[in-house]
Amino acid sequence: MENIKTINLTKKYGALTAVDNVSLSINKGEIFGLLGPNGAGKTTMLMMLSSLLKPTSGSAVVNGFNVLTQPAQVRESIGMVFQDPSSDAVLSAYDNLKLHALLYDVPLRLIDSKINEVLSLVDLEKRKHDIVRTFSGGMRRRMEIARGLLHEPQIFFLDEPTLGLDPQTRDHIWDYIKSLAQKINMTIVLTTHYMEEAEKLCDRIAIIDHGKIVALDSPEKLIRAIGGDIVLLSGSLRLEELKKLPFVKEIKRIDDCYQLSVENSASNLQELLKVAGRVEFVEVHSPDLNDVFIHYTGKEMREEEGDTTEHLRSMSRAIENK
Amino acid sequence: MNLRKALKGIYALWYRDFKVFLREKSRVVSSVFLPLFWYFIFGGGVGTISTVKGNYQYFIFPGFLAMTVIFTSLFNGAYIVWDKKMDFLKEVLIAPPSRTTIFIGKMVGGMTDALLQAYILLFIGIFLHIPYTFQSILLSMIMLFMLAAGLVSMGLIIGSFMESPEGYGIISSFIIYPLFLLSGALYPLDKLPKWMQILTRVDPATYAVDGLRSIILGVSSMSLAYDVFIIICFDVLLILIGTWAFNKMKL
Repeated sequence: MENIKTINLTKKYGALTAVDNVSLSINKGEIFGLLGPNGAGKTTMLMMLSSLLKPTSGSAVVNGFNVLTQPAQVRESIGMVFQDPSSDAVLSAYDNLKLHALLYDVPLRLIDSKINEVLSLVDLEKRKHDIVRTFSGGMRRRMEIARGLLHEPQIFFLDEPTLGLDPQTRDHIWDYIKSLAQKINMTIVLTTHYMEEAEKLCDRIAIIDHGKIVALDSPEKLIRAIGGDIVLLSGSLRLEELKKLPFVKEIKRIDDCYQLSVENSASNLQELLKVAGRVEFVEVHSPDLNDVFIHYTGKEMREEEGDTTEHLRSMSRAIENK
Repeated sequence: MNLRKALKGIYALWYRDFKVFLREKSRVVSSVFLPLFWYFIFGGGVGTISTVKGNYQYFIFPGFLAMTVIFTSLFNGAYIVWDKKMDFLKEVLIAPPSRTTIFIGKMVGGMTDALLQAYILLFIGIFLHIPYTFQSILLSMIMLFMLAAGLVSMGLIIGSFMESPEGYGIISSFIIYPLFLLSGALYPLDKLPKWMQILTRVDPATYAVDGLRSIILGVSSMSLAYDVFIIICFDVLLILIGTWAFNKMKL
């Protein structure tokens, strides 16, 4: 059963098209990933699906409600964890959650027990009365995940749930998201630019680049569709010779490297290197989502840590802690 | 719109503002003591050369009640630009309550903050031997309430249009101080040069100061009814603009 449906959803900022004619449907109970580089339009998509942002054209139906004409009902149906911390750092976790419960019309007599319930889901019940400022980045993200679940949404949006967290905390958050999906049957839509995250968590993935969906399927199928193994080569290569080899299915240039899609690389690599010319560098691996991304967009999906938003975030944290 | 949900939304925003207020005791102390410094030091000094009939310090005390409300209300309202910066506003705006509900909630929260501080100062006035009556205290509270409603709305409007908190400090130079200094808090309105007289009449705080003076001291330049009428107009206008501004506000 479909839970979210977009029809030709488009958002333009002047000359820039952030989301370009996207039509997709997301089923009830699935973990759906929007994977793409920074600036691909993932967050803009979520903002439109949550009715915070008006589409330039097209429409979307979320949990049976139209985002344009029934924004209040859409908002009641969804929970959202934003990319950047959106809790009040000078208040306790309890106060942040209570504020949320009141905004979402959780019955007054249930508020305290619901708060305990969601905090225990993310192992934060002991920190309930601590000020959020004293939390680590991972704890604060967990608290905001708990907050988003407080009003029992049908659909849960997570915008880059592990951005800016250290690898260990990232693993933890993945575990929490996975166990949530099992415990509570709800639709989870997350955006990410971490391939690993998408691969581990998602039932289906839409690869998005420049606001367009370039591929949509389960991670396994997307990877399998590439076929064979990935061989990266650089040096002065005899490309014409390589192209003639029967087991070389595709050759793509990426920066100063060539990426070859090779069937059965274990037995064919020797022959390949024989005709390749002067090879300075070779790497063989089985394909992952990064290769899928390269396959569809012809470019690498760079992980841009320490970019402008990261910089702004650390600045705002410094201000908050003053 | 469902009234219960709207009231809960207003309560939610008030709850947050009030909790923040309770945590920021140093700010409360400074906003009560600043007017007292003015009262004793400025009032004591200028009082020696003042030609105001009666006690100069008594004369300026209503001005400082208004001062507390002007400073706290505007800063508090405009604080919403920090909520924007910290992304806290997204959490509020993505929730079901309408923008109008959110505006009212922020207004109630800001007014609570400003009025608690002004009422503390009003109460301290008893120890300064301000010639209160029971009735004048009550009417002063109502007057301060009306002033706060308009000024918190003004702060919220400014904050909702500001893109980043960099301009936050400018508010004090270009809005708060002019509002305070032109309100007649420190001098009588009657003998001013023409240009200044016009400016004081444009300042909504003038009518609150004049009204408070007429309530507490029985001296004023305009009638109390006229003061109240102007302030109510000011409130209605700013609440309407504020609701509109919140409905237009982008993240």
